[in-house]
Amino acid sequence: MPDLFDALTLARFQFAFVIAFHIVFPAFSIGLASYLAVLEGLWLWTGRDVYQRVFRYWLKIFALTFGMGVVSGVVMSYQIGTNWGPFADRTGPILGPLLGYEVLTAFFLEAGFLGVMLFGMNKVGRGLHFFATLMVAVGTLISAFWILSANSWMQTPAGHAVAPNGQFVPVDWWEIVFNPSFPYRLVHMVLAAYLTTALVVGAVGAWHLLRDRDNAAARVMFSMAMWMATIVAPLQVVAGDLHGLNTLKHQPAKIAAMEGHFETRRGAPLILFGLPDMAAETTRYAIEIPRLGSFVLTHDWDGEVKGLKEWPREDRPNALILFWSFRIMVGIGALMVALGLWSLLWRWRGVMYAAPWLHRFAVVMGPAGFVAVIAGWITTEVGRQPWTVYGLMRTSESVSPIAAPAVATSLAAFAIVYFAVFGAGVFYLLRLMGKAPTMDEPTPAPAVPAADAAAAPALAGGTAGRLATEGDTP
Amino acid sequence: MTFDLAFIWAGLIAFAVLAYVILDGFDLGVGILFPAIKDPHERDTAIDSIAPVWDGNETWLVLGGGGLFAVFPLAYAIALPALYMPITLMLLALIFRGVAFEFRHRTVRGRRFWDTAFAGGSMVAALCQGIALGALVQGVRIEGRAYAGGWWDWLTPFSVMTGLAVFAGYALLGATWLIYKTEGQLQARCFRWALPLGAALLAFVGIVSLWTPLLNPTYAERWFAWPAILYAAPVPLLVAAVALAFWHAIRRRHDLRPFLLSLALFVLSYIGLAISLYPHIIPPSLSIWDAAAPEASLKFLLVGAAILLPIILVYTAYAYFVFRGKVTAGSGYHH
Repeated sequence: MPDLFDALTLARFQFAFVIAFHIVFPAFSIGLASYLAVLEGLWLWTGRDVYQRVFRYWLKIFALTFGMGVVSGVVMSYQIGTNWGPFADRTGPILGPLLGYEVLTAFFLEAGFLGVMLFGMNKVGRGLHFFATLMVAVGTLISAFWILSANSWMQTPAGHAVAPNGQFVPVDWWEIVFNPSFPYRLVHMVLAAYLTTALVVGAVGAWHLLRDRDNAAARVMFSMAMWMATIVAPLQVVAGDLHGLNTLKHQPAKIAAMEGHFETRRGAPLILFGLPDMAAETTRYAIEIPRLGSFVLTHDWDGEVKGLKEWPREDRPNALILFWSFRIMVGIGALMVALGLWSLLWRWRGVMYAAPWLHRFAVVMGPAGFVAVIAGWITTEVGRQPWTVYGLMRTSESVSPIAAPAVATSLAAFAIVYFAVFGAGVFYLLRLMGKAPTMDEPTPAPAVPAADAAAAPALAGGTAGRLATEGDTP
Repeated sequence: MTFDLAFIWAGLIAFAVLAYVILDGFDLGVGILFPAIKDPHERDTAIDSIAPVWDGNETWLVLGGGGLFAVFPLAYAIALPALYMPITLMLLALIFRGVAFEFRHRTVRGRRFWDTAFAGGSMVAALCQGIALGALVQGVRIEGRAYAGGWWDWLTPFSVMTGLAVFAGYALLGATWLIYKTEGQLQARCFRWALPLGAALLAFVGIVSLWTPLLNPTYAERWFAWPAILYAAPVPLLVAAVALAFWHAIRRRHDLRPFLLSLALFVLSYIGLAISLYPHIIPPSLSIWDAAAPEASLKFLLVGAAILLPIILVYTAYAYFVFRGKVTAGSGYHH
């Protein structure tokens, strides 16, 4: 058993903590940026005011979310160096350029156009503003591309050689970027971000429909979100299955741990629930369906499924964590599919906006996407252990020579600050979401060309891009 | 001086860090001055002058970190553990000030708290950056391919002095930025602050400059040996000239010139620093060639940087252009 208070364990806790907090914000802002681009596009295309209302409603929420994503993300770009120096030294030649491209192609693009998107509605024309929104949305997707490529390389390293000084050196960049697990992980994560956002938007729409089923803006939100759930949730099941098969091929130990399999056997059962015990090398209290495990994993009732005993003890990931994080993710996925189908049925019957139980279900599902995203990442990251670069570099070789008290102090500081700051942020987000989207908020001034706006600030003055502050005074 | 990939990359990373220092420098500086700005409308104006651009400014910090990881991974792997405490503290401070931009508009009761977070976060971040710089310049103990010092090595009188220098410098950038972007009372006050801040910066820079050659004979050699003194000597002379021009610009109540001259002071100090350090990326022993990633990595990212950096500069300039001119009351985004 690892010592709970050694520098390695503390550094792992710290990384897990700051990255789990961080991923929540991009998962939401990737989806929300695309949603905003669609809304603004629909507004420009159809001229319907309701799209503009919904756009402005979510723009404020996006600004808050994006800000939190930025500050928690800056932490990540230094965390690798502070706590994982030897890892940074050896993988820098491969992972560094991937992250460098992320900064150059995505972060600057998002940051450069975010100001115009948030504050520039009256300073540039509508077309340019839409362009800025599109650039921010595209930036979030490009960012996902690079960071998932880097993560996937750690899972399924390819296209590299190892230099005498221990560094991984690039041999074929194409193989590095498009390493074997990358396409699956990218699709799975982008769909997850879209679903997560759709669930939040759907929950907010449903919440306000429960109060006023005629609210036009709430109807637009709910309807668009339910289309996403209906269409994307089943696609995500397929993408997840393909991702799982890819993992079986490249990281069979991870799959064995996810399934709670210790023995290698043909016609393996599917264990629905149980308590994997790493020390005793068995899954206790298993409720299982005979032979289904082999069928799911190999698409053959008698297929051979490897168990964790195939690997020496020091090479096994923790099955107790993986078994359960995986089931939480899959369970939530099934609920998403159910929500999509239910809403489709009610939509078809024409009662989608007058269905309190459907709305309540959608409200409850609001945060489910975040839980699924974190559970999924726990599955894939804990499943990569005990390696940082799968099969090539151990986590224990990766940690910086930092004294345990320093790591403990910074971990405590991160924990306090994150819970306080992001707790407040979530509170402000919920308060924004609690306000009903109305049709009588101030409209923006007609867009004037930038030169005129500068020449006549009084004209552009009172009605700039953002809406009034909703203070907490009654 | 060898003109190879490692040298080009050292130049690019130096450029990214300089871009960060002067761009985030003025918006951190606005945060440092925040407690001295009492009027709520003036506070809104000050925040509004940087709200559309601060995120882009901070991205240069990510490029500095990410770029170092990519092209000088060994330097990244050694410097960050060596600077563990100041870097961690800086990141936490940046969290507080970063979220404050949005949070302060989402609450009335809590606005004072987030204003304090904005100011405190800006101050701590500025101090930590300066301290980290000093801790690097004074030298880092390395064994093999890892940091070998203790976790308090960064804290010395010298590093505290560089911390104060950066703190004063950012405050000066903030004041002159506000001179450029505002009018009336707030601008008048910034004019009054600019001279003492400029004097403080020059004093701190002077102390650090005299102290640096004493830290390590190599530094003294790079400044005073022949022929190095030929290109080193103009730097302090130019600083004096810029300081004089700055004094005039403030007294004549120029709008933009004080800001540009403050930037010039930063650039000159930065060049002075580069003369001391080059070719070391982590003094006293790690050179840019020791730390450089393999050629295949340097080349791969250089292609992207060569194409993308000019594009980034163009649309960043465009973003500044959209929000050009004075920030007027009521053009606030949240009002």
